[in-house]
Amino acid sequence: MSSASVVEAVSVNSAIPQNRNYEYVLEVANVRKEFPGVVALDNVSLRIRPGTVHALMGENGAGKSTLMKIIAGIYQPDKGQVLLRGEPVRLEKPLDAQEAGIAMIHQELLLMNPMTVAENIWIRREPKGRFGLIDHDEMRRRTQDLFDRLNISLDPDAEISELSVANRQMVEIAKAVSFNSDVLIMDEPTSAITETEVAHLFEIIRDLRAKGIGIVYITHKMNELFEIADEFSVFRDGQYIGTHLSSNVTRDDIIRMMVGREVSQMFPKEEVALGDVVLSVKNLSREGVFRNVSFDVRAGEIVGFAGLVGSGRSNVAEALFGVAPADGGAIQINGEFVQIKSPNEAIQHGMAFLTEDRKETGCFLPLTIQENIQSAVLHQKFVNKGFVAEAELAKEAVEICNKLRVKTPGMDEVIENLSGGNQQKVLIGRWLLTHPKILILDEPTRGIDVGAKAEIHSLITQLAHKGVAVVMISSELPEILGMSDRVVVMHEGRVTGILDRAEADQVKIMDLAAQ
Amino acid sequence: MATTTTSGPMTTDNGRLTPTSKKRMPPELSILMVLFGIAALFEVLGWFIVGQSFLANVSRLQIIILQVSVIGIIAVGVTQVIITGGIDLSSGSVVAMTAMIAATFAQDSNWPKIIYPALVDLPFVVPLVVGLAIGALAGFINGWLITKTKIPPFIATLGMMVSARGIARWFTDGSPVSGFTESFTMLGSGLGRWAPVVVFLLVAAFFHVVMRYTRFGKFTYAIGANPQAARVSGINIDAHLIKVYMIAGLLAGLAAMVAIARIKTAQAGMGLMYELDAIAAAVIGGVSLSGGRGRITGTVIGALILGVMLSGFTFLRVDAYYQDIIKGAIIVCAVVVDQHRQNKRKKTS
Repeated sequence: MSSASVVEAVSVNSAIPQNRNYEYVLEVANVRKEFPGVVALDNVSLRIRPGTVHALMGENGAGKSTLMKIIAGIYQPDKGQVLLRGEPVRLEKPLDAQEAGIAMIHQELLLMNPMTVAENIWIRREPKGRFGLIDHDEMRRRTQDLFDRLNISLDPDAEISELSVANRQMVEIAKAVSFNSDVLIMDEPTSAITETEVAHLFEIIRDLRAKGIGIVYITHKMNELFEIADEFSVFRDGQYIGTHLSSNVTRDDIIRMMVGREVSQMFPKEEVALGDVVLSVKNLSREGVFRNVSFDVRAGEIVGFAGLVGSGRSNVAEALFGVAPADGGAIQINGEFVQIKSPNEAIQHGMAFLTEDRKETGCFLPLTIQENIQSAVLHQKFVNKGFVAEAELAKEAVEICNKLRVKTPGMDEVIENLSGGNQQKVLIGRWLLTHPKILILDEPTRGIDVGAKAEIHSLITQLAHKGVAVVMISSELPEILGMSDRVVVMHEGRVTGILDRAEADQVKIMDLAAQ
Repeated sequence: MATTTTSGPMTTDNGRLTPTSKKRMPPELSILMVLFGIAALFEVLGWFIVGQSFLANVSRLQIIILQVSVIGIIAVGVTQVIITGGIDLSSGSVVAMTAMIAATFAQDSNWPKIIYPALVDLPFVVPLVVGLAIGALAGFINGWLITKTKIPPFIATLGMMVSARGIARWFTDGSPVSGFTESFTMLGSGLGRWAPVVVFLLVAAFFHVVMRYTRFGKFTYAIGANPQAARVSGINIDAHLIKVYMIAGLLAGLAAMVAIARIKTAQAGMGLMYELDAIAAAVIGGVSLSGGRGRITGTVIGALILGVMLSGFTFLRVDAYYQDIIKGAIIVCAVVVDQHRQNKRKKTS
């Protein structure tokens, strides 16, 4: 495409909002989508007004992602239609949607890491100079203009691989804006960025809203809904439940709509008699990452780790478990000093570690549930002279899956086909099979639905009851406050405070976390 | 079994899971059908073009399976490497290197051209053990380079491919080694000439059991599916990978022993492109190059498909140039089918 036609497209698009003759910038009418054996969407409708932020809520597997993929042209509906600016459109591929003015920012950002910011934004639309070659100066200038308009301070020449997740998201947003899109879909944009970055993101979203863009915002976070969304729609099991103004409802109303049942108690914290100190950490340090981290965990105790993303909480967990061992300090388990140089040694000491990133460090995506759940226990049990005792192992694995209420057709289902919440349950099951004495959980409920969340919370409580010492890292303050007996707060690699359950509250924790 | 509701997406009711869930059709079955299909095609074409049967010829079938054996032994090792998410390009050269070195320990004192006069008339175990040990050593070096220096398997084994071939040439200054003791040649022609086939089938059966029923096998799949998750699960990835590459090297050594015992001579140029045939057998047999998926049985069938095609083309008097062109196309097709299968799986999730 030549630069002239880009300019033309820009002027045509920006002319539309002035003489709008439609109430909804995007309308989805009675859409149905089936996959082999599954109805993902059943008679679903959705209407987005221009200049509003419209949140989509629903448990994992409710059909939000499928619906968004239809709007973005990735899937085609079996029935029903999509209307853009009041006109029906056929979106047969993602490019169609992009050219029609629908931009989607996926949860897994789709940028080309070895290329620069500017190259990513203008790919396929690069300004051409003499001889039809790419005019890098012009491209840089356009990127800078775009960033100035959006209040983004990034170097157009930076490589994507050098940027943080939040900054990559800014690039995606800038790219979406550069298409002069009327509809912007954001899929859980805050799941991996810090509080300050969220504030910046929200500023940009408000700015885009003021420019008349209709923003579809998928989130699991209730407080975000009240902070940023004007309207919200709820989905459940592939069905459309309803649309409401977010100023008219309470948190409990929304949860009720999402799960179709009362979630009586989000955090079933029970008083557990604490036992002896199981894990004692003294001055644990790792050069340049964290230093002098000290805390104790008793049997039956849940110690929450709060702090901003990047404060070193996950690094401490990785050091405890031997994934990235510490280079200073001491770890005592049941009073004995131990050296943990590898995850295998940690497992031998009765530790278990549910990692932060399900896809990267948790699941064996191409393997079955059975193969996923057994990977840790095979070090200590169910193996005789190298041979796996399949029948025994399968029996216990199934018991645990049933206890965790994993929803699946069978144990030989490939884990990739499960929803996030069910994958997480299988990964928890992997560690329950090893009967750990110390359980380290890093963001145990990130990106999973309300129902599964509550189940995982009550499971953690049950384990504490049985005398397991639990270390729980979480970026959700309600979760930290609701579950923990004590809260360790970290900031820039140091422990800035340890609060008892009675004295901990949001303000104190945020104060210590931000310093 | 949980029952699936018709209205909900992917949700099943609270029906309890049971350990014995529905058995799926093994993926090998479709590859086996392809094998039979190709054989049947040659049979029909045979009657039309050459006027004789392709299958009703015992010596042809024996030659097919004998030829498949050497590649097949290598492919069993290469399959395991590919399942870990790696690749081994060195097998063919390792065959040549182990063949040349071990052959000098297998010579008969009556032979006129003896390399080391002190090393004649040794029991067949000596060259065999030497061959296996050198193969395993080459594999160890591959594995060590990959795990300790973090260079990609492609590069590490490419280096071994070039160096091992050099060692094979240097060892006897390029001259072939022949005149093996009778006990050694039994490895290639014993058991009524079926020895290579027996070795191949034993190796395949052994590693089939290892991959499916032992912890070692389960960890191999886990590493290929997601090395980071495998590490957090307590698997010692470096040690495991080194073992897998050693197995691949050892089996290349074994294949070399079988090959030289059968043809009764070792040459520095032997085993050329064997690594690619072994990889092709695995890929045709459904082993995924992205790691974590594939079975030994699939590779065995894949090797047979290659063997049947080679023999079939010769039988139909197709020019050797065309044979290679068609073989290349089939390898590409196998990967396309694998990719297609993976995409389909992802879309339905």
